[in-house]
Amino acid sequence: MTDTTARQTKPGLLAGLDWKLLGPLTALVVLLIIGSLLNENFLSSGNLLNILTRSAFIGIIAIGATFVISSGGIDLSVGSMAAFTAGVMIMLMNWMLGMTDMIWLIVAVGIMAGALIGSAAGWLNGILITRGGIEAFIVTLGTMGIYRSLVTYLADGGTLSLDREVRALYRPVYYGDIFGLPIPVLFFALAAILGWIVLNNTAFGRHVQSVGANEDVARYSAINTDRIKVYAFMIQGACVALATIVYVPRLGSASATTGVLWELEAIAAVIIGGTLLKGGYGRIGGTIAGALILTLIGNILNLTDLISNYLNGAVQGVIIIAAVFLQRGLRRKS
Amino acid sequence: MAPKTTHPTVLLSGTGLRKSYGPVEVLHGVDFEVRAGEVHALLGENGAGKSTLVKILSGLVQPSEGMVALDDKSVAFATVADAENAGIVLIHQEFNLAELRTVEENIFLGRERRKGLFLDKAAMRIEARMLLDQLNCAAPVTAQVASLPVADKQMVEIAKAMSRKARVLFLDEPTAVLTKAETASLFALVARLKAEGVGIVFISHKLDEVEAIADRITVLRDGNHVTTVSAEGISPDDMARMMVGRELSDFYPNISAPSAETLLEVKEVSAPGVRRASFDLRRGEVLGFAGLQGAGRTALMEAIIGLHAIESGTLRLNGDACTFDSVAKSKASRIAYLTKDRKGKGLLLGNDLVWNFSLFALDKFATPFLDRKAERAAYDAATQAVDLRAGSPKMTAGSLSGGNQQKLLLAKILEANPQVIIIDEPTRGIDVGAKAQIYGFIADLAAEGRGVIVLSSELPEIIGLSHRVVVMHNGMVTGSLSGEDINEETIMRYASGLVSERAA
Repeated sequence: MTDTTARQTKPGLLAGLDWKLLGPLTALVVLLIIGSLLNENFLSSGNLLNILTRSAFIGIIAIGATFVISSGGIDLSVGSMAAFTAGVMIMLMNWMLGMTDMIWLIVAVGIMAGALIGSAAGWLNGILITRGGIEAFIVTLGTMGIYRSLVTYLADGGTLSLDREVRALYRPVYYGDIFGLPIPVLFFALAAILGWIVLNNTAFGRHVQSVGANEDVARYSAINTDRIKVYAFMIQGACVALATIVYVPRLGSASATTGVLWELEAIAAVIIGGTLLKGGYGRIGGTIAGALILTLIGNILNLTDLISNYLNGAVQGVIIIAAVFLQRGLRRKS
Repeated sequence: MAPKTTHPTVLLSGTGLRKSYGPVEVLHGVDFEVRAGEVHALLGENGAGKSTLVKILSGLVQPSEGMVALDDKSVAFATVADAENAGIVLIHQEFNLAELRTVEENIFLGRERRKGLFLDKAAMRIEARMLLDQLNCAAPVTAQVASLPVADKQMVEIAKAMSRKARVLFLDEPTAVLTKAETASLFALVARLKAEGVGIVFISHKLDEVEAIADRITVLRDGNHVTTVSAEGISPDDMARMMVGRELSDFYPNISAPSAETLLEVKEVSAPGVRRASFDLRRGEVLGFAGLQGAGRTALMEAIIGLHAIESGTLRLNGDACTFDSVAKSKASRIAYLTKDRKGKGLLLGNDLVWNFSLFALDKFATPFLDRKAERAAYDAATQAVDLRAGSPKMTAGSLSGGNQQKLLLAKILEANPQVIIIDEPTRGIDVGAKAQIYGFIADLAAEGRGVIVLSSELPEIIGLSHRVVVMHNGMVTGSLSGEDINEETIMRYASGLVSERAA
């Protein structure tokens, strides 16, 4: 009798938990414990805020990537797009210096231009994919090369640097804080909350995931699938723009190496977070956890001598593969 | 190997088979045996336990209790490959083909013929051709499977099974996508396999086919073994009674007479696969659409709702001219279409039932944020109305039986409160009990003053339900029948293009 009751309660208990979200959260907690065991300064608020701040770029981009990937697409161009957006922002702001003394206006225009360029680039990806009928992988592979080469061309092979005076005023957007919370972290949180609400609590979010699950079913269910896909890529573009706006004052420069491999880190964060690469299922909370996990690995390696810091990429790679492997296993069991 | 005539050899048997998924037992101790050289029909409504039994017998899943024996020796197959090597082959209702590979590659997938290190393509091609010829299937062996019509895919699937030298062959709804002629070739093949001593388990909702080829019949109901009888003298009506466990009176409901008011008028519409089609639908009417596969019925309906562009012609809804370039627009005008491809185009099989239910009319629940409470309440009400039986609303749509999937699809479409409802193959792959219910819903919808268009390749269904019947052939409307003219013979004459009401 005890046997049968055990059999009856077990699946119910398991079914009540969202393993796809619990998995990355567990990994996050494990990493935090490992970190605190290895270095006593690890859990200091300074280091934790540092981790959050460093996660912000990839995290914000990964929130956009969650939309694209759960709609069944992929965007490889985000790193180049960020570099291009940063380059154009810097050139525009430097150019405006000769026209006006109002530095705040220059920064404001620069930020707005960044937002515009990012969203437009995302829109362009979406239009090429839907109107052109070309696969997302191929379109964004193409635009990845285009933006990368454009920023190299604009910088003439070198580095585009933001004027000192402008950078001084723009600086707080990365280095400033409100009530002790760094501004990049605030933007990250804002993007996460907005992204979570849109993906989970609006018709649009449902439509995004439905298009990713089966485009035919979505079309027969009166969903304008092309429009949904274009919007998903525009959200991705806007997220890249937001990350870039926060990034520019950090170094005050852009070059051919800006944002290299960001696309892979963003995709990795999304996948570690439990979103399915084939589309149809997206988790913003998981994505945030994924972005934090990636930064944590680097941070832990920096704080200890156990493993060379040069092996950061290798450890991240192992974590990505392990995460997906575990999710597969859990899905098969349940 | 020849079957003994006096003591039939039992090839494969299951004894006291039980199967539980979690806390739910779906099979409660079932016995079943397949003899050499017999066609054993397995009947039961959706959810009766047929597919679970078949999965156990073919090694796809292990029983919770009970024993499977091959040649009187207890067996437990670890994998499907093990079962296939032992000569037990299952042909699924859903195709299991590598769509991008060729016919020949599919037939020999996993057991390619080799010559030394290399594939012996010539031998495989010749053998594949032979197998397909036996099925009267003309599909080229070098063609990509994706490019084949469904019927040919089914034949490739069967050829694949034959190449595996099956001793026990499970055919799960093999004729659902076949025409009469194709079905006949399949049955000829079944007869030949039978003569060679192969045991065949035949699962079909088409009871006349069961009558035609079955030697024995086993009926399951609610996971229980009801009876196993010789097929001799058992009529389709008897079978239906055994499956449902009650009399099926009034299989086709009485449908109240339509009003004279025209709801939808389609005039001279041309679209991909459709040439100058005209018809009109009245309020409260059930309008049947008959025709052969590829006659353009689905193409016409998909053009009307805005899935495909209309090249010329006009639509009038309640007298007002209208055009729809998207499904969203036709939905806004309260026209809705239920696809016949439930799994491919109708439902998100991996998503839960509530998600699927609200997808078509999601704007109702987004104000602008999703109101999950209202959504769930609407789901509860709608699924009760269509008698959808599911363990939990969190189940995936893919785990529902065909009948429940169709009810879910119906609930999903009705949530948008359409005035014109187009149902393509309303009962394909559905058991008799659910069939009768779906017919009842169609009658109710018409009685509420909506217009219902029913596309079906089952003529009895068209005849039993429709006030009027529109017949299509080769993309054109060849006839519009009413009253006494609604009979199989007349419909077939128009459907085959022998006669036409319109001048060429």
